[in-house]
Amino acid sequence: MTQNVDEIFKQICSLIEPFNTKKVTLSRDTIFSVDLELDSLTVMDLLAEIEDEFDITVPLNLLPDLETVGQFTDAVQKLLAEESLDE
Amino acid sequence: MTLDLFEKFDPILNDYNGLPEGEANPFTVSMEKVLSPTTAIINGRETILAGTNNYMGMTFNAECMAAAQEALTSLGTGTTGSRVLNGTYDGHKQLEECLKKFYDTDYAIVFSTGYQANLGVIATLAGPKDYVVIDADSHASIYDGCALGNATIVRFKHNDPENLDKRLARIRRNDPEAGILVVLEGVYSMLGDQAPLKELTETSKKHHAHVLVDEAHSIGVFGETGRGVAQEQGVEDQVDFIVGTFSKSVGTIGGYCVSNHPKFEALRLVCRPYMFTASLPPSVVASATKALELIASTNLRSKLLSNSMKLNNGLDQAGFKMGTTGESPIAAIIVADQNTAIAFWGEMIREGVYVNLALPPATPNGLNLMRCSLSAAHTLEQIEFMLEKFTLVGEKLGLLQNVSETALA
Repeated sequence: MTQNVDEIFKQICSLIEPFNTKKVTLSRDTIFSVDLELDSLTVMDLLAEIEDEFDITVPLNLLPDLETVGQFTDAVQKLLAEESLDE
Repeated sequence: MTLDLFEKFDPILNDYNGLPEGEANPFTVSMEKVLSPTTAIINGRETILAGTNNYMGMTFNAECMAAAQEALTSLGTGTTGSRVLNGTYDGHKQLEECLKKFYDTDYAIVFSTGYQANLGVIATLAGPKDYVVIDADSHASIYDGCALGNATIVRFKHNDPENLDKRLARIRRNDPEAGILVVLEGVYSMLGDQAPLKELTETSKKHHAHVLVDEAHSIGVFGETGRGVAQEQGVEDQVDFIVGTFSKSVGTIGGYCVSNHPKFEALRLVCRPYMFTASLPPSVVASATKALELIASTNLRSKLLSNSMKLNNGLDQAGFKMGTTGESPIAAIIVADQNTAIAFWGEMIREGVYVNLALPPATPNGLNLMRCSLSAAHTLEQIEFMLEKFTLVGEKLGLLQNVSETALA
């Protein structure tokens, strides 16, 4: 599986849109809690969408380090790479 | 320049400072006198307790109080020690025997609170190479048990077997050998909904996962002998661990875990929230033991559930937006915005009814709830009084606008 970061970023942005009630322009630096004003529970719901979209497990343990859209994107890319190594 | 450690709490303190002053502030409640399981003096006024999780009304049971008094007089006020040092009395062992009999399991371990039971069991059972898979709407003690341990934590959509199946399949795809603990609750406390344990345990077992069910809000309430939802739904043989509390139906404080796993006793040697805290005081142990016997031998469940159905139906007919259906001891109405919810609570306490103001993130789906938990000890008159006051305040705050139209239609 070879998906580049830009594609992953775009896919994640489209998953964020339904949660982006203030229509903030998304960038890698967008912070979930500050810019999008999402509480921790909503971020966990978003995480579930991302898991199903990419068919990967994103452990809740990673959440404290995933404050921005860019960090989320990198984490997904890393998890996808690990999955393809396993196969 | 060093930061004040408390600076991070500023947003929450700002919210707190915005609350009404005086008795309409929910954080000011103090029970000046407790008259019975369902009445107390609050702000100098006799108040009906409509949100105490005292499902069986066991707190003033004469036999439980007599057992507690006898233990207090003969054994003193506390054990001053851990279960693994000086804190195991015969009473603690008898209580564990009583739990084994109640659940018909081979093993039982008593903890000092229900919170610690979840904390200890989850954090200890699932190690660094294992997975804990939890329902999205899990109680804080389950989330905290995950945070205390070293396992990988995965969350599935509330009560959704298909969503659980997907997650378990992914874990197994990458890690066929991993130990997996799926954590469920019999009844979810905010909206009183039951877990579909048949489907969820079937899915878990398909992927060779262990299953833990927290019956905190269902012990005494469901099942032929009051064991909870696993018994009610006939899936006890599919559940590996049941956790529960003595602080609701049992009427005191403490937690427990029961299991048939042959190595279960190992927890006593490795479970830190069991080992590094003082054990329950003898009086608490004595009343819990007596209450468990009473729950198994008397049926207060039908009275409790009929009380709940009465309040739920009454609130529904009055025109409130309901969060609950009456199939559990919980009755909760949904209030659209937080300030109205806070105002509602304040009006209710002034009218002499204590309910729970339940706000996000303690509630699912961002709901603001006026939550009641019924008791078998509530009388019909008390439930009518609650309904009268709910309707009065609902009208005052304009929450019942469509009632007359609906009633006329």
